[in-house]
Amino acid sequence: MSPTDLAVHDGQATSSRPRTVNDFSIQVATVNGSGSQTANLVLLRTLLLMGIPASGKNMFPSNIAGLPTWYTIRASRRGYIGRKKDVDFLVAMNPETAKEDVLTLEPGAAVVYDEPLKLNLLRSDLTFYPVPFDKLVAPVCPDAKLRRLVRNMIYDGILAKLLGIDRRLMEQALNKQLGKKAKAVALNAAALAAGWEYAEANLPKQDPFVFEAVPGAPQKILIDGNAAAAIGCMMAGVTVVAWYPITPSSSLCESLIGYMRKYRVDRATGKATFAIVQAEDEIASLGMVIGASWAGARAMTATSGPGISLMGEFTGLAYYAEVPAVIFDVQRVGPSTGLPTRTAQGDLLVTAFLSHGDTRHLLLIPASVDECYTMAMQAFDLAERFQTPVFVMMDLDLGMNNWECAPFAYPETAVDRGKRLDADTLKAIGEWGRYKDVDGDGIPWRTVPGDGMPPFFTRGSGHNPRAQYSERPDDYVQNVDRLRRKFETARGAMPAPEVDVAAGAAVGFIAYGTSHWAVAESRDQLREQEGLTTSYLRVRSYPFSGRIAEFIDAHERVYVVEQNRDAQLAQLLRLELTAAQIGKLRSVLHYSGLPIDARSVTADVLAQEGRK
Amino acid sequence: MATPLKVNRIGLEPAAYKGGKTTLCAGCGHNAISERIVEAFYEMGVDPSRVVKLSGIGCSSKSPAYFLGSAHGFNAVHGRMPSVGTGAMLANRSLLAIGVSGDGDTGAIGIGQFVHLMRRNLPIIYVIEDNGCYGLTKGQFSPTADVGSRLKTGGVNELPPIDTCTLAIQLGATFVARSFSGDKKQLLSLLKAAIAHRGTVMLDVLSPCVTFNDHEGSTKSYAYVKEHDRVIEEVTFVPFFEDITIEHEPGTTQEVTLHDGSKLFLRKLGEEYDPTDKGGALQNLLDSERRGEISTGLLYIEPDRPDFIEQLNMVDEPLATLPLERVRPGREALAEIMDALL
Repeated sequence: MSPTDLAVHDGQATSSRPRTVNDFSIQVATVNGSGSQTANLVLLRTLLLMGIPASGKNMFPSNIAGLPTWYTIRASRRGYIGRKKDVDFLVAMNPETAKEDVLTLEPGAAVVYDEPLKLNLLRSDLTFYPVPFDKLVAPVCPDAKLRRLVRNMIYDGILAKLLGIDRRLMEQALNKQLGKKAKAVALNAAALAAGWEYAEANLPKQDPFVFEAVPGAPQKILIDGNAAAAIGCMMAGVTVVAWYPITPSSSLCESLIGYMRKYRVDRATGKATFAIVQAEDEIASLGMVIGASWAGARAMTATSGPGISLMGEFTGLAYYAEVPAVIFDVQRVGPSTGLPTRTAQGDLLVTAFLSHGDTRHLLLIPASVDECYTMAMQAFDLAERFQTPVFVMMDLDLGMNNWECAPFAYPETAVDRGKRLDADTLKAIGEWGRYKDVDGDGIPWRTVPGDGMPPFFTRGSGHNPRAQYSERPDDYVQNVDRLRRKFETARGAMPAPEVDVAAGAAVGFIAYGTSHWAVAESRDQLREQEGLTTSYLRVRSYPFSGRIAEFIDAHERVYVVEQNRDAQLAQLLRLELTAAQIGKLRSVLHYSGLPIDARSVTADVLAQEGRK
Repeated sequence: MATPLKVNRIGLEPAAYKGGKTTLCAGCGHNAISERIVEAFYEMGVDPSRVVKLSGIGCSSKSPAYFLGSAHGFNAVHGRMPSVGTGAMLANRSLLAIGVSGDGDTGAIGIGQFVHLMRRNLPIIYVIEDNGCYGLTKGQFSPTADVGSRLKTGGVNELPPIDTCTLAIQLGATFVARSFSGDKKQLLSLLKAAIAHRGTVMLDVLSPCVTFNDHEGSTKSYAYVKEHDRVIEEVTFVPFFEDITIEHEPGTTQEVTLHDGSKLFLRKLGEEYDPTDKGGALQNLLDSERRGEISTGLLYIEPDRPDFIEQLNMVDEPLATLPLERVRPGREALAEIMDALL
């Protein structure tokens, strides 16, 4: 940018930064339970309507009302939708945190604040916009009880004016957000207008941050990963859902309930083509899923780490008795209760081997809301094809935050119900045994109650190929060896990694899930700012593809980026790599509970590369 | 030509209802219960391929392998059979589920799932083979052991027992009975009525453990139970497919019609007992405990309460077999969802 882009200021504050278009972050500091979510989503939605790539991240406490909450909206010209560490524009609504929020800003940032807080006295290197929120809200909201909620929409109006947002677009976003609640729309629209008019009359623009509509930008939807996964489950034809409320997974099943009630009730009879049960705990949730899958239904549950721990025994049963199950793990920070409202990728190891004895499970690892949708559908196919539990490893950042995305594509293929015995197959294979490996792929043929095919006795105790109780050493060994063979068959059926090999690059990245967004951005930073070109492989499933070892072979140093303390993916990889390959692995670890950001990845890699 | 074999109303022989050879101890009460289950399903003419047999872990939970060999079975994990049974019935409402549990499997590790199963009124026959001890781990006390009952190895139980029937009645089960493995006639009548009932049947059957809990000083021994069994009414079950009328003097017999049209005739013995009166049923259990007696018979019945399947407003067909076009919404549905998110 040319020096003439520098903002010109008259009077009080100065901004040291150049004019910045569509490439900055806004943080709203508020108190949870104050209804700021509507205002934040309206702002985010407005940016999408303008065609500006943007993402929203909510950092909230494990509490219903009264504790500090921060919502960050990041706009990025280049489409970076991971977290950005620095805040450029602060809306300080929470007296408790306002001082610290202001003191931690980088010079040149701007602050909209509640006038009585007098935050402008704290620093001279920021742009301050005082707003008398209480005075503004009173005339537009006669009902005093509602003022606490409505005053948030005032900052949307202020921001719209200050940042160059088309006011009509914001009203359109408000209508979308509140839908048919006409009274609420009118009230909030009035607040929005009050903010806009106040800013127009009293707050001359003094900061460098502006939004400009991007003509011809493709239309994007705004959705959280939990809702995306719920839509995937519905399109996969799920019929039985059992769940127990736990943050951050609850909204997956709650979204699913909403969609199923709307789209999965028979028009003619008014009856449901599904059963959704809120169970007494996570153990019962998985038990119901196993019972339903055993009887031939597509069944799922969703939980988080503490639920995964509880599901251990049942997971071993499903693995050993070979019953399909789809389990969404929306990961949060552990161990124990941990930080229940913060994000992590900390359940990888426990889930891969969940339960006692020799067990290995299939994992799908989505990085985007689109993958939450598609992998939800794949999970059911894989669970039925391989007659085993499949875990979809999401995390709080993906599951509960809103992400922009192209509208989801309708599934073009039928579902895979796996090897279900029918009369023709029975004739072809001759003698059927539930656990007999007829085809050499480790996957036996399966019957379910009521299908008219031969029955069998399902058990978690030792069994022979004919499903009879057995404690014979040879029966046990043959059975678990076949299970291992089945796992190897699955290796070829899991979603392949996404690989981008840069010609001549010595350094490679491996990442998975939401760490992807920080890595993608960090690679650009390293290339553009440090001249370091890197390759990248994004892991999308377990068991691992052979392409991972090839990727490591092709590079001198490989940085495995993940959001846990113990380098869980790297550990899991080491089990399958040679000593030479293991020697090339380095870890970049981020485990503060906040989503990983590109700048931290870049700094860590540069330090390990000896460049800084 | 050989004599035609005995068959039931769907043309199956008794052998079609048999299971594998028992591996439980000779004389175990559980084997007698398995025999009654075989008889009940045969006499009711239930197609075994419609039945699912479920259990948890323990001696009792082995028994589904010993009856109805041509039905699917699921020996789940300890104390968690109710959830597996719930899932199976939601997947396929045309199935008939019978779960067999023990007093440890139900009263200790499985008490959480047990109480929630009772609340839901899921259509399932839940049998507790109750011997007051853990047989498979060699005779430790279970939560149904009575105060003062003595272990073979000498220990005396001092904790109050969990009365599974009291719990089941309080929590919403719609058919609650207690019986004794040694009372063939009563147990068979109750099992047949259980098959006809729609909703949760909770059947606690005292079933002495001949190896670890059949000695003097045990309140779950064969002799003790036989001596303290107080039959509250004489149960006669008449299935809907049999045209039989039971003659009775007015005021001596209570008639209960089940959902499928089958009838229960409950002949009063001694004092008044009305098994449709929840409060009375609970009072009876308290009184009999105080007297050191064991009330057996149909303790409580509520034949018409909607079961869990009905409460969930599910389609009539099994969910498990719905074709893809009925479970995958069309393109216009996805387009509508996407439009709302734009």
